[in-house]
This record gives sequence, structure tokens and C-alpha cells, in this order.
Amino acid sequence: MNLDLANGRDLVLALLPELILSVWAMLLLLHAAWRHKEPDAQRQVGWLSLVGIIIAAGSVMWLWASGARIEGIATSVAVDKWRWAGSLIVLIGTGLTTVLAIGYLDREDLRIPEFHVMVLFAAIGMLFLVSGSDLFVIFLGLELMSVSVYVLAGINRRSIVSAEAALKYFLLGAFASAFFLYGIALVYGATGSTKLQVITFQAPVTTGSAQLMLLAGIAMLCIGFGFKVAAVPFHQWAPDVYDGAPTPVTAFMAATVKAAAFGAFVRVMLQALGLVHQDWDQVIWWLAAATMVVGNLIALAQRSVKRMLAYSSVAHAGYLLTGLVPGSAAGAAASLFYLLFYTVVTVAAFSVLIAKGRQGEREVTFDDLAGLAQSDRLLAFVMAVSMLSLLGFPGTAGFMGKWYILTSATGGGYPMLAALLVITSVVSAGYYLPIIMAMYMKSRAHERAHEGVQLPGVVRGMLVAATAIILVFGVWPNRALDLAREGSHSFMPSRIVPLATPLAAPLSPHR
Amino acid sequence: MTELLDSLRYDRWAIQALLLIPFAGALVVALAPARFAKGLALAVSLIEFIVSLGLWISYDPAGPPMQFMGVEPWIPAWGISYRVGIDGISLMMVLLTTFLMPLSVLGSWAGITTRQRGFYAMLLALTTGMIGVFVALDLFFFYVMWEVMLIPMYFIIGIWGGQRRLYAAIKFFIYTMAGSLLMLVAILYLYFAAGQASGGQHSFALDHIMRFALVGGKPAAWLFVAFFLAFAIKVPMVPFHTWLPDAHVEAPTAGSVILAGVLLKMGTYGFIRFAVPLFPHVAFSPTTVNVVVTLSLIGIIYGALVAMVQPDLKKLVAYSSVSHLGFVMLGIWALNEQSTQGAMMVMINHGISTGALFFLVGMIYERRHSRMIEDFGGIARTVPLFSAVLTIVALSSIGLPATNGFVGEFLVLVGSFRAYPWATALATTAVIAAAAYLLWALKRMLYGNITKQENRELTDLTGREYAVMVPLLVMIVWLGLYPKPVLERMGPSVRSYLETVQERRAGPEQVVTPPTE
Repeated sequence: MNLDLANGRDLVLALLPELILSVWAMLLLLHAAWRHKEPDAQRQVGWLSLVGIIIAAGSVMWLWASGARIEGIATSVAVDKWRWAGSLIVLIGTGLTTVLAIGYLDREDLRIPEFHVMVLFAAIGMLFLVSGSDLFVIFLGLELMSVSVYVLAGINRRSIVSAEAALKYFLLGAFASAFFLYGIALVYGATGSTKLQVITFQAPVTTGSAQLMLLAGIAMLCIGFGFKVAAVPFHQWAPDVYDGAPTPVTAFMAATVKAAAFGAFVRVMLQALGLVHQDWDQVIWWLAAATMVVGNLIALAQRSVKRMLAYSSVAHAGYLLTGLVPGSAAGAAASLFYLLFYTVVTVAAFSVLIAKGRQGEREVTFDDLAGLAQSDRLLAFVMAVSMLSLLGFPGTAGFMGKWYILTSATGGGYPMLAALLVITSVVSAGYYLPIIMAMYMKSRAHERAHEGVQLPGVVRGMLVAATAIILVFGVWPNRALDLAREGSHSFMPSRIVPLATPLAAPLSPHR
Repeated sequence: MTELLDSLRYDRWAIQALLLIPFAGALVVALAPARFAKGLALAVSLIEFIVSLGLWISYDPAGPPMQFMGVEPWIPAWGISYRVGIDGISLMMVLLTTFLMPLSVLGSWAGITTRQRGFYAMLLALTTGMIGVFVALDLFFFYVMWEVMLIPMYFIIGIWGGQRRLYAAIKFFIYTMAGSLLMLVAILYLYFAAGQASGGQHSFALDHIMRFALVGGKPAAWLFVAFFLAFAIKVPMVPFHTWLPDAHVEAPTAGSVILAGVLLKMGTYGFIRFAVPLFPHVAFSPTTVNVVVTLSLIGIIYGALVAMVQPDLKKLVAYSSVSHLGFVMLGIWALNEQSTQGAMMVMINHGISTGALFFLVGMIYERRHSRMIEDFGGIARTVPLFSAVLTIVALSSIGLPATNGFVGEFLVLVGSFRAYPWATALATTAVIAAAAYLLWALKRMLYGNITKQENRELTDLTGREYAVMVPLLVMIVWLGLYPKPVLERMGPSVRSYLETVQERRAGPEQVVTPPTE
């Protein structure tokens, strides 16, 4: 299906998932405002928003299956497989978060139906993030997402840490947005466009001061994205914010927000700047290396499970960046594959944490999990599989993801980075294994240690499904692999036809 | 018998069955009611052993180098396949594994009282992993099996182990994982090198990589180091051995038996199957030879000396493993037929003798709740049969002629003497040391007068314990008197292994640039 965005009907089709979700979110906002006082309004809005997410996901799959694409013209939104794959990851993550949040808000007695609407707005921003093929659309998506998540982080008005988290996130996030915006300005100055397809062909031929401007612009963009994916040294906000925010929001930030930001990051670096790969691969190399080393080492020192997961999500940003370093389609596919399962695993791990944290959310330490396997086999099993998958242990999808990233790094000529990745993975065993150890090998502190653990049946079902996915794709990853490869082919330069803009010099893949 | 197996098309499904039976068994044991766990596990492991006997019968030493082959595409996009096969070398390792498993189940009968379903399921899952390692002919499949096997062992030590089990379990896990992850990067490097050299055919199949990945120069040295670390930690070679005493001592009896009997052999097997044939230039460069021979020698002597001063019988047996495995490494690096055959024999014999010793330690511990040598003394009077069995097993571990231990060590020493006379002469002293620490321990425990009141009431071996020990004793005597059938089956494979290594070593050392896609 060829789409012509000048045509109104085609434009609607191209933006169908975003439009569906926007309209749905507005309606839900009205509904929430109308019935705000009623106690089960929160639950109602939650389930309704899940319906909206499923419909949007359906539209994404329909567009993917129908082979929708735009040919020939540089547009502001991409219609390609990368976008569909990214959107699906975002919608899966959002759906899981919503299911988690319904039970959580109930338990914590937070009667805030708007919570789910804010999650939807964030999801819309993320959809734009992965679909934007113009730096401005990407920026708008980034802001829509960020502002919604700032609100979500501070949604528990009774909690001081939650407020602190929100403020910290907001201040630093605003700062990062400024960097990002400035980066856009510089790239625009150097190449004369904010459209990724135009930058592709202008970037390699910039010279002199324009080239300097471009390099500075790339650096700024990297800082902006680095902040959103919590890469070292732009990760300082992450642990405090993750720790302070309500746990479903933490799961949302650690998994879905990171995935969406990464989707855009990879697109910008490969689609717009793929031909000047040699200008930025060293930067990302060091970002990746620092993120893996620092994230893993600090995670090792944590006693609180939530903080450990926060730092581990920093470490995982490092693994994902490793997939970006080679600047190849294989690397992009690896990141996409990794993101899909990372999202599922992270949400699963956080749901166990939510089940364990009782009302008022006392901090859950490693020792609090002691003997969980004797009280709640399912929960312990889910957590164990999640930990092994995060560790990248064979038999889980996490291993296949890590393997894919290793393949792309080694194949791209960065064996040192691959070696660093595996060494830091060994370090990560030092904090993932103690969780398994606590659950299975230590005994309960007292008979009733796990009495408060409760989990709605729906969440239980969701966890079983997530675990099955992690294990099945850990052994037969073929289907997901094919999809990831298809998604990454969106960036093959041959697919992009140059615009009418005249080029200053003949094209060459490398300067 | 051969005809019957042929008519069943045994060679088509043998390995697949050996991999699937324990795995399916583990699921059944985990889900069935707890009171059936032991019985089911015993039945499954016996079936496994019986199926594996077919390998012994129908393996044809004169036939093709790899038999019972099975190949299925697994992840075609990455050139990964399920590819298995058995030669004379892996045949012995597989049989050793299947032989020890039913005994381990039976040996845990009384010792494991809590969470039995989990324990036996883990034991069976472990079997699949171990057999997978020995039959894998695809580097990816090999790696997956190598790692997967860690989890059951981690749980076996961590849940059913002794006092310091948590520490021992995590140490075991992290040591092994640290070694093997670097091997993973090395495997990837080889994969790309082979893909490049073969004109874009990417595959993890061992023969493909052997044929095309002719890496030389500096990269080869690094790759060898990566493989070396993975295997040397598993063997374990000094100075990577510190996980071993902890893991062996803290593990429950069956765990120790399998650790010593099978898991350690994965390291030496890895050298024979992968590290040495892939990088013969590096493996036999003067530096590497010096390092490996020195480390093996240190292991042989240091292990024996440390064993001598252990007050804890289980620790004594654990350190003796370090010494025995040093012989294996020496035999592999001497690189001639006798030494290699000898190394294989030591691997098998160590599995049997040390396995038997750990069983006996477990049996006496169940009675006295102590493993300290000083807590016993003169117990030959109260438990004569136990003492007799322990004496025979100890003698076989020392390497007394007419027991299995003699054959292996003798072959290694004869073979190595031709390559490294001085080192071998030094290694011989450890044989004497072995006699010293084991006989001294026997004297203090079994003979003389009964010194402790508690030891007067000990019960002798029960029927179940006989059932565990008799097969081991039979093997000790059989392999000691008539090892020919084993040597016959290994011979051609050992010769072709040596030819491959020599051939590749004689070939020019190629220097290739790092591979890129």
C-alpha cells in the first residue's frame, strides 16, 4: 500500500495508531473528569485505556501487514517497519504497565483515574518518537512523553519521595531537552534541514565550519538521547527518580520510555547520520563502555531491589548502545530484538516487586525476598526467570538478545567492546543471582513473612504469559529475529531516494 | 545385539533420546507427587543408562570418525544448528555420565530429605546438559549446553549443600561464567573469520570452523586465551582452582560425585575437542607449553601436598582431584598416543574412583554427621565391610596395579616422559604423595583401636549402599585388569585427533585481519 501524505485520507492512515490513541485518550479524560468521585472510576478508566491500547496495536499490525509505505519523498513521519516494530514494543510495554497500575492504585488507595490517561498521553508521545523522521516531530514526541512521565512520577501527592523524584526528573529533563533542541538547531544549520532523509545526504558533504557545527550538533543530540536512555554520565537522575516514583511508573520508565527513546536514537543515528558513522562511533563506544561498567558496578552495591533494578536498567542501556556502535543494520536489529524482550522482562520483574511491597510501599530489600519460593512458587519462578534473562543466561530471550548484540559488535569490528560487554555481564551475575539465592536458598525470616503478598489473577496470568514468552523465544527466537531484521532494513540507504534539494558534491559513502 | 539395534535404527535416535529422556524426566519428577520423586528419578536414570549402553555395543571403532550424527537447523538466520555426534572420546564421557547418574540418585536416597522433587528434577536436568556438552558439534549448541548445566548445579549446591553453601554456589557459578563468556566472544570471532574465509558461508558447525577459521598471529593467541580460561577454570588448573574445594565440600554427596566425576572432565574434554585442535600453533608454542606444563605440575604436586594436611576427609578427596586432573593436562600436552589415551583413562578412572570416594564420605557422614578424620579411628572393627570397600577404592585412587587407577597414570607417565622427562619425573613424586595422604587417612580412620565412644554403634553398609558401591567396584577391577575394550574404542579417535593436531600444526600459520561483516 503506497501512501501519499499530501492526500488527506492517506495522512490519516499513516497516523492511524497515533490518532486512535489521541482520540481515545481525550474521551477517557472527559470520562475521568465526569466520574472522578466514584471509587471504581480508576479501574474503569484503566480497563478502557487497555482497550484503546489494544485497538491501536491492532491498527499497527494491520498497517504492518498491509505493507504500507511512502516512497520517494522526505516526510515528517516515517512509514516503515522500524516504526511498526517500535510502536508494538511501546504498546506492549504500555499495556503491561496499565494492567499493573490498576491493581497497584487500588491497593495504595490512589483514586486517580487520570493516571491511565497520562500513561496514554506518554504512549502517544512515544509513538511519535519512534515514527518521527523529522527532528522536530521527534522532539515533540520526546516532550509529550517526558511531560506526561514527569506528572506520573509525582502522581502520589502524599509521598515526599515521589514529589522529589518528579521535580528532579523535570528539572534535569528540561535541561536535556534544551540540549536536544540546540542539537537540532546546529544540525539544521549545518545541513539545511531537519528531515532525516535530507540530512543523510547533506551530512557527508559538509565542510569547514558547517562540519564543525554538525559535529557539535551530533554531540548535543547524543547528550539529549543519552539523558533519556539514562546512559552514563547522564544517568545521575535515574536511580533517585526510579526509586521515588510509584513502582508501575518506574517499570514504565525503565522499560517502555527507554525503548521508545532508543527507537528514536537508533533511527536518528542510522537514518540521518549513518553515512558519517566514523564521526560518532567512538563517542557511542565510550558512552556504551562507561554505561556498562558504571551501571553494573553501582548496581552491585545496592541492597534495595528497586534501586538495583534501576541501576541494572542503566547497565542495559549500555548493552543497547553497544548494538548502536557498529552503525549497521545488524546492530539496529539486535537493539530492536533486545528491546522487545527487555521490556517484557523488566515489567515482569517489577510486578513481582509490586506484589511484594505492601501498602505504603516499604522498601523491598534482597533479604525481604528470602524464602519466597516456599510461599509463592509462581512469583519466585517468574522472578528467577526474569533475573536469568536480564543476566543473559542461555535458555532465555535475554541471552538471544545479548548474543545478537555481541554478534553485531564482533561482526562490525568492535571485539573489544564485545569483550567488555561479557565481562560486565559477569559482574551483573553478582547482583542478579543473590535474588535467586534469597528466594530459593534462604529460609523465610518468619512463618508469615510473605503473607501480604497478593497479586490479582489478571496480573498472574500476564506474568505466566511473559515468562512463557521469555523461555520460548529463548529457545526458538526465529520468528522475532525475522521481524527485527525486517525492521532494521528500513535504514538501508538504497531505499531512500534523494530529494529535489541539490547536492553540493557527489555522494560517497565515506568522506 | 548389534542387529537388534540396527533394526531399531538405533543410530538415528540414540543421542536425541539421551538428551530428551532426562529432560522429560525432570519435568515429570517436578510435577509428580513428591513421594514418587526418588523412584521416578531412579527409573529415568536407569532407562537413560540402558539406552546409552547401545552406544557401547554399536559404536564401530573402524567406522567414520563421528557416529550417531544428528543434524537439524535451529536458528538458520545465524547459521546455528543442532548438530551432535559421538566419537571414541565423547563415547566414554557420555557413558561415564550415564553410569554415574543412577548411582547418584540411589546415593542421595537417604541424604536428601527436603524438597526432593526439586532435587531429583535438577539432577536429571543436569544430565541433559552434561550429555549435551559431550555430544555437541556446533559451537553455539556447545556453549548453550555448557552454560545451561550451571543452573541445576547452582541450585543443587545452594539448596541442599552444607554450611557455607551460598558462598560456594555463587563462587562456582561466577567462576565458570566468567571463563565461558570470554569463550563466547572467541566463538563469535571464529564464526566471522570462517564466514569470511569461506566466502560468506556463516556457520557455527565445528567442522566448518575447523576448515575455514585458520586464524593465526596475535588474534589466535587471544582466542586461545579465551578458550583456555573457560576450560582451565573448569578443570581446574592452579591458580583457577579455588572454587573447587568450596563447591566439592559444600555440595551434597550426589553433587560432589557429579562435580568430580563429570563436570571437571568437561574442561579437559574441551581442550581435546576444541582448544587444542583449533589453535595448535598457539597451544604448542614454547610459551604455552611452558605455562601449561608448569601449571599442571604445580597442580599435581600442590594438590597432593594440600590433600595431605586436610583434617576433613571430603576436602582431602577434593584436593586429590586437583592433583589427578593435573595428570590429565600433562597427558594432553605431551601429545602422543600413549599420553592422550592415558589422559582419557585418567579422566574415566578419576570419575569412578573419586566418585566412589565421595559416596563413601557421604555414607559415613550420614552416620556420624562428621567428616573429620580425627573423629574416627579403628572403625574397621565396627564397620568392616565399609572399611574394606573404602580401602579398595582408595587403592584404586592411588593407582595400585590391577586397579583402574594404575592404567591411566602409567600411560600418562610413559607418554609424557618422552615429551617432558623432567616434568614427568617430578610428577611421579605425586603418585607417592597420593599413597601417603590416602593411606595415612585410612590408617587414622579405619585401623587401630576404637578411640571414640560414638563409633562403637556404627551400622555397616546397607543393601542400598551396596547397590551403589558394587557397580563402582566392578568397574575398578574390570578397568584395572582388562582395559582393552575401552582403549580399543578410543584408539582410532585418539589417533585421528593427534593427526589433525599435527597436520594443522605443520601447516603455515596464517595471519588474518579481524573479521568484519
